[in-house]
Amino acid sequence: MPHFAKPPAGSWTQHYPELGTAPVDYTDSVDPAFYELEKVAIFRRSWLNVGRVEKLPRTGSYFTRELAVLDTSLIIVKGADGKIRAFHNVCRHRGNKLVWNDFPGEESAGVCRQFTCKYHAWRYDLTGKLTFIQQEGEFFGVDKDQYGLKEVACDVWEGFIFINLEPAESLTEYLGDLAKGIEGYPFHEMTSVYTYRAEVGSNWKLFIDAFAEFYHAPVLHHKQAVKNEAEKLVGYGFEALHYELSSPHSMVSSWGGMAPPKDPSMVKPIERALRSGLFGPWDRPAIEGLDPLPPSINPSRSPSWGTDSFEFFPNFTLLFWAPGWYLTYNYWPTAVDRHLFEANLYFVPARSARERLAQELATVTFKEYALQDGNTLEATQSMLASRVVSEFPLNDQEILLRHLHKVVADRVKEYTDAAAR
Amino acid sequence: MPLPAEFADLEPYLAWALPTESERYARRLDSSLVEMQTFYDAAFPRLEEAIVYCDEHPYDDLPEDARTLLRLMQSLVMVSFPVEVWKQARVPDSGAAYLTVTAEPVV
Repeated sequence: MPHFAKPPAGSWTQHYPELGTAPVDYTDSVDPAFYELEKVAIFRRSWLNVGRVEKLPRTGSYFTRELAVLDTSLIIVKGADGKIRAFHNVCRHRGNKLVWNDFPGEESAGVCRQFTCKYHAWRYDLTGKLTFIQQEGEFFGVDKDQYGLKEVACDVWEGFIFINLEPAESLTEYLGDLAKGIEGYPFHEMTSVYTYRAEVGSNWKLFIDAFAEFYHAPVLHHKQAVKNEAEKLVGYGFEALHYELSSPHSMVSSWGGMAPPKDPSMVKPIERALRSGLFGPWDRPAIEGLDPLPPSINPSRSPSWGTDSFEFFPNFTLLFWAPGWYLTYNYWPTAVDRHLFEANLYFVPARSARERLAQELATVTFKEYALQDGNTLEATQSMLASRVVSEFPLNDQEILLRHLHKVVADRVKEYTDAAAR
Repeated sequence: MPLPAEFADLEPYLAWALPTESERYARRLDSSLVEMQTFYDAAFPRLEEAIVYCDEHPYDDLPEDARTLLRLMQSLVMVSFPVEVWKQARVPDSGAAYLTVTAEPVV
């Protein structure tokens, strides 16, 4: 007996008939040739989130991104005109990496007035223009205007910086209606950031799969709840309040009555003492913009709403928690069976020790859960790689996974079909 | 830096007053459950008083002893999972998985 109503088609999955209900082929997560196609068909031509504007507070603030999936390194920099630009991190003289500290493979960040190459001191301004050539007279008529840094399309949506190597549409067109319905959320108030990174031995889609369904939550994480509560949760299983596909993007909206819990004995002593937990500090921050929420967030307007997770194709998750904070995940492939996972947790800056410790508990709890989520992935990858089984039956609460793998397959097919013509 | 005089009973646990998550997490992994339980049993009953003490000062301008106390309480949060739930230092079922904090608002 469902606790929450499903669409008239009978299920969320059948509400989107193009998805079908057949088992899903996971060869897309183990085949090296398919991964090479994903790189060109998807990652080179999608808008990819590389950070937030708060990382670039003033003129000349920059950071670099090492993006194996694009076979490049990028410099993201704020110009004197306030505009954020992205460039390939390569000096036009003889191809040295332009911006790096001690180790060329590591990302770096800072503030500068111009970029000067370590090798021969060629200089570029913040708009990428070549401004100085060492011993210019030794060269043979190099026109500096023709040797600026190679620029990459870069745009900002609600403070999130995106890049695209081969854009076919604008960022707002690409993000579409789901994103439109999030605009106005007070992201700019939530500037206290906790950043996490891990290298994970699985295909990038498997971690999205892990976070895009909560069917696993009462089972994998059952030890995290107090005993009676855990048993109750396994008994209920999981049902979402709402799913929305706006291809290639998607979202799931979930209940969660834990912040604060109805009965304090449902939670651990530290949670009672600090009034916080997985869903975040129980006491909402005193800022504008959380009530009412923008229309895409808690779309069913359920009073028992707890969290919404938006999957912006291909590799960016934006997750809102009812108590007034949010987090992001980025999954950066480095090989068919490896990726770099990045999480950022954003809070309204604490104004007191009490608020700081409540946030501390939310962040510590996040890590306990994420470690359990992450550890299943290598186990899954190794068994998928055995190819003993390649087709898997996904249930209705796994609709976002079905959708992700279908969009990936469609984009790769579109690309290979076009290349064959 | 010593703790405020009112919290002198927590001095044996000063080594837990660590500024970053990486240090707190590393200390957790290096500690036995008995060590964490002892620290928890001493610090948890003082948590509310510690918060009240710290919040008598502006949060962005904490005196050094209050800052030390707050960092100690951050470690209390860190050991709460092993003590209250796991009964071991590591997260169960987390195997070789790791997650490194590369940026945080340090107190």
